Amino acid sequence: MEGKGSHILEVSDLSVRLQNQTLLDHISFKVEKGTTLAILGPNGAGKTVLFRALLRLLPFTGTTEWTEKVEIGYVPQNVSVNDVPISVKEFLTIENAKNSPEDMLKLVKLDSQKVLNKRLGILSGGELRRVLIAWALIDEPNVLLLDEPTNGVDVGSEEPIFLMLDGIRKARRMTILLITHDIHIVQEYSDYLLAINKCITYFGKSEGIAKLETQRTIYGEPVCVETIEQKEDRL
Amino acid sequence: MIETIILGLLVSMFVGISAGYLGSLMVLEKMALVGDALSHVALPGLAIGYLFNFNPFIGGFAFLFVSAAVIWHVQRVTRISFEALVAAAFTLALAVGIIIIPEPELLEALFGDITNVTMLDAAAAAIISVTAILLTRLIYRKLVLAMISEDLAVSKGIDVAKTNLLYLFLVSVVVAIGIKIVGTLLVGFLVVVPAIAAKNLSSDMFRYTSLSTVFGGISAFLGIASASFFGLPPGPMVVFSGIVIFAITTVANWRLRLTA
Repeated sequence: MEGKGSHILEVSDLSVRLQNQTLLDHISFKVEKGTTLAILGPNGAGKTVLFRALLRLLPFTGTTEWTEKVEIGYVPQNVSVNDVPISVKEFLTIENAKNSPEDMLKLVKLDSQKVLNKRLGILSGGELRRVLIAWALIDEPNVLLLDEPTNGVDVGSEEPIFLMLDGIRKARRMTILLITHDIHIVQEYSDYLLAINKCITYFGKSEGIAKLETQRTIYGEPVCVETIEQKEDRL
Repeated sequence: MIETIILGLLVSMFVGISAGYLGSLMVLEKMALVGDALSHVALPGLAIGYLFNFNPFIGGFAFLFVSAAVIWHVQRVTRISFEALVAAAFTLALAVGIIIIPEPELLEALFGDITNVTMLDAAAAAIISVTAILLTRLIYRKLVLAMISEDLAVSKGIDVAKTNLLYLFLVSVVVAIGIKIVGTLLVGFLVVVPAIAAKNLSSDMFRYTSLSTVFGGISAFLGIASASFFGLPPGPMVVFSGIVIFAITTVANWRLRLTA
């Protein structure tokens, strides 16, 4: 990556051990300001643990240093909304925020007239994830941590969410750290890729994922990927 | 006699309203059984009060709060579920309480009594209920956020463990004043059933907490009024009143789903 001045986050020798198990092992990387870093790895690789360490939600050794004052927006992988009778409006105003729920719903391309008074638990998967993104953005953060932000969303609805996020990132000059399993998303919507399996298995430009050698490093075998251009050519 | 009934009704209203409000969180936390069983933990404290001639409800509250704090701590350390720990504590407390409580006071402790409610009891119930509601109101949104996602709450700087402890303390206080009227065996009902009745009719948080509070007050009021009128124990009559409300809301919810 570039010089120190352009980095917003520096992680050095980060390790997490809980109940005699190593969840993250000596991880070091830097994140360039205004870019999207995709984090890839198998289940149990420590991706969510990494986010929880960055948010200071669990004890760790090593350092995680934000190089400027950051306001972090966070979208967790799982939320429990089915049993809580709370409307979208109440959820978005659960804390005093800089923006109105209506403005936030507009930002994430939801019709506020349609969803504002709906119960959170009856939203579709795509609507719920957009509302969670609206919640994360409501205080105008400069860093967004997204833990599988399209978890529970059908395949066709995933891409518009990443397109929307990319547009917001560019407009607000935000830095995004994104946990995903989708190589296509890594290629199309991230600048850098951090592949982990407790320790780092790959760190570099996202386009590197197209190389067979990189895939062997990450997955142990090559994986077939197709870019949007290739798909359009084929169709 | 009339004065005692009026005082009993006043205390029951305050207990019902505060238990309904605080109970709405207990049900959302999937701790309905905890809310119910927690009340039984007071029994040994009541027994000690009777044996050593001090206000048994102070003993009951002390036992409730110490038990809640111990359960909270053990849960954090061992990660055993709240429900399992409360079930163990509740059966132990019931066993100890029934062995040491004097026979004549046993029924009163288990099922409540409104014949000896004093002006002091009514004033204490009013002050404690209002304070418990106001304090819970301050932490209500934090707890709801933690229910949706604990990580989300902690990332917003909320100390979820301490907030839960404060909430358990407030529930213990409300349950302790409820024991006087409804009894230790049935006061948990007021924490749980108004909330699940309210949930039947709610799609947003404001409506849910409002209805739970109102249903709690109505259940307690109707129960104590009918117990006084028919000369029956107050605890079971409060349960019957609440169950009628729960049944009506369940049918209404079923009808709403059919017509939706």
